[in-house]
Amino acid sequence: MADALLSTQALEAYYGDFQALFGISIDVFPGEVIAIIGANGAGKTTLMRSITGLIKNKPDMVFWNGAAIGARRADQVAAAGIAMVPEGRQLFQSLSVEENLIIGGQLGRKGPWSLEKVFELFPILKERRNVPSTALSGGQQQMVAIGRALMSNPQILLFDEISLGLAPIIIKSIYQALPDIIGEGMSAIIVEQDVAKALSVSSRVYCLQEGRISLEGRPETLNRDDISAAYFGV
Amino acid sequence: MTTTTYSISRSSTVTRTAAVVGILIVAGLIAAPWWAGRADMRLLSEMFLYLSLACLWNLLAGYAGLVSVGQQAFVGFGGYMLFALAIFAGVSPIVAIPLAGLLGALVAVPVALLIFRLRGAYFAIGTWVIAEVFRLSFAQVSALGGGSGTSLPVAIVRGMASNRSMREATTYWLALGMAVLVLVVIYLLLRSRNGLALTAIRDSEVASESFGIDIWRHKFIVYIIAAGLTAMTGALIFLQKLRISPDAAFNVNDWTAFVIFIVVIGGIGTLEGPIIGVIVFFLLRETLSDLGTTYLLILGVVAIVVMLKAPKGLWGTLKERTGLELFPLSRRVVKNKSEK
Amino acid sequence: MDWINAIIQGILLGGLYALFAAGLSLIFGVMRLVNIAHGDFIVLAAFLGLSVTSVLGISPLLALFLVVPAMAGLGYVLQRGVLNQTLGDDILPPLLVTFGLSVIIQNGLLEIYSADPQKMSAGPIETASIALPGDLNIGVLPLVMFLVAVAVIAGLQWVFYRSALGRAFRAVSDKQDIAELMGLNKAHVFGLAMALSLAVVAIAGVFLGIRTSFDPSIGPGRLIFGFEAVIIGGLGNLWGTLIGGIILGVSQNIGAQINPGWQLLAGHIAFLFVLAVRPRGLFPRID
Repeated sequence: MADALLSTQALEAYYGDFQALFGISIDVFPGEVIAIIGANGAGKTTLMRSITGLIKNKPDMVFWNGAAIGARRADQVAAAGIAMVPEGRQLFQSLSVEENLIIGGQLGRKGPWSLEKVFELFPILKERRNVPSTALSGGQQQMVAIGRALMSNPQILLFDEISLGLAPIIIKSIYQALPDIIGEGMSAIIVEQDVAKALSVSSRVYCLQEGRISLEGRPETLNRDDISAAYFGV
Repeated sequence: MTTTTYSISRSSTVTRTAAVVGILIVAGLIAAPWWAGRADMRLLSEMFLYLSLACLWNLLAGYAGLVSVGQQAFVGFGGYMLFALAIFAGVSPIVAIPLAGLLGALVAVPVALLIFRLRGAYFAIGTWVIAEVFRLSFAQVSALGGGSGTSLPVAIVRGMASNRSMREATTYWLALGMAVLVLVVIYLLLRSRNGLALTAIRDSEVASESFGIDIWRHKFIVYIIAAGLTAMTGALIFLQKLRISPDAAFNVNDWTAFVIFIVVIGGIGTLEGPIIGVIVFFLLRETLSDLGTTYLLILGVVAIVVMLKAPKGLWGTLKERTGLELFPLSRRVVKNKSEK
Repeated sequence: MDWINAIIQGILLGGLYALFAAGLSLIFGVMRLVNIAHGDFIVLAAFLGLSVTSVLGISPLLALFLVVPAMAGLGYVLQRGVLNQTLGDDILPPLLVTFGLSVIIQNGLLEIYSADPQKMSAGPIETASIALPGDLNIGVLPLVMFLVAVAVIAGLQWVFYRSALGRAFRAVSDKQDIAELMGLNKAHVFGLAMALSLAVVAIAGVFLGIRTSFDPSIGPGRLIFGFEAVIIGGLGNLWGTLIGGIILGVSQNIGAQINPGWQLLAGHIAFLFVLAVRPRGLFPRID
């Protein structure tokens, strides 16, 4: 098997004195989509924040293309080709739709994605390019958040709670667009509370429970009981 | 059979020892006119008054989250009220001091209503504007000497006590009494329900609001109390100086910058901090003040370094390492063993 | 006629106050930092201008080409070296550290330049004036300064809302951690904001030094004028800040017209009046 694109090795993360992650080791291989599932408070978002550098760790807790990046600042991690669609969209409210997208691409990394390509993927954003990002519906905001992450032409895209707070029909259309988004050899980590959705798009899945990995494997090899035990800890 | 019960207590051996030592020190200080020289007593008085100002600023900034750089407004106001009451109304200076405090608290009400509209750092500059307004306004009062100020008439000074040493002892005791009064008021305030609310507000404004704590009202009360006591301290300061002018009365360096320095060095948000800070400040001043502006430069640098490297100050850092506390404020669980 | 003249002079003075205010407003907008030493930086810039003009023998207006980059550089270094460490949820550290800076700058200037009042001379332009109908005269220099102030505000407005730098400023101001995810180095962006703030301060300081005499102690007063202009105009609105500066300048001049002792008092009262009736300022940013 090829070397992992991204891996965490015995990652531990803290909020002050509170330990949120206990020895998390995951791998993502080039072109692979993995899912991370788990209940609220299992540590999924903490894991994403650790990978992206928003929480600083020891250098050798996160590896990217073989380099130890655990202690790098978030902007350096982003420049290396890791992008995230954060939980709750988190658009810049003082920026227009188009400015939100442009700022996503301000690192100037080369690749297939550009403003035009994002507008092709989400035509409604082109129509509304000059409105403040706060004027959009939840689904449209998620499109901006995805487009903003794509604009940096990342090698890996992290989706944190991709469907949280969105209407079912919007969730469905976002999952339908996912192959177009991820295509072209990009890797992805999808963080989801909806297990069935997560399993349907990923080649491997990790389940987190109280800061530890409680289960990992390929979706087709996992049965419902194992998953629910790993998910809820019962 | 031994059962273990738990109870909540505020005091500990350390706080009880501190209380005894504290009372002994105060007793020794009360006796100072019999053992200290004239210059020492002047210095001690000044220390007590700075301690009082520092404790009050600390109450505002360290407990109520009200960072003011305009407390000189109340120092000067208190000083001017003492002079006005003594000169125009013939009130004895000793009676005029609490009256000045009362008037200071009164004038703080409209001031608070105005500047509480500003948040955080803008509140700080707003307090400074108020102090400037006070300074410029008193400079317009020609009956009090206008811009050049006025002196307390000799007759009024003489009326305070029969002779000079008695007068000096009186102002000394007043300064000591002021510091003790401020410490006691703040201590009682922090132990009251109000103090508990303040602690909650300091830890999280949003959370305490959701528990139904009226943040505005608590901050308002603290502001008014601090203003009144600051005005009283100001009255005492200028009773000692016997002369007042707008520039001296509303001086930002003397009545705010030095006070902030004292609290920052000693440890913001602790009752012990200002006491340590006053001692350090006066040690520095007595050894370095010959250096003039360089001395002030050093103070500025020290304050910045402390803020960056040890933001909790000397006492806060010590408390963090040892859990030491001289004033019994925080509650702790105590294990009681009893034989049955 | 005296009254109209007082008002016109007040408007022109307001341009200078808007310059005091713009830098203050800018860094508050980007990083919620209120720089208590802001006024002392204005005075520092004036003294820097004085040194440059006397050493090189050039006009203070030409000295701007040296003072502006020097102050901007100082701002960047100061932000990255000291002030970035103070930023966080607690408002005390930045407030107290800039308060300490204020004490340091004032006493440092005293040490170097003494307490004597200084003034810079801009040459014949200082006495040139334009005659208007009805015995009114407008000084060319105050008019130029006012126009420069308007241009600076317009420039800042453009930077903030039209340039990549302004986009970064607004993004970091909105959501610091998400802005970092976009590859923005927060420390650097804050450094640039302070550099821009002190570049404006440099212009304000040199203009102040040409207009009036100055000494190391006048910084806090300039901070207060700038602050009042910001609050009168409404937080986060640069054009509002210009109007705030003008209101302050006009109030002071009207006060002085009534009684020379009331000049500063009238300005403060105008500020307190606005605070009482419109606590968010006259033109608050809608958000």
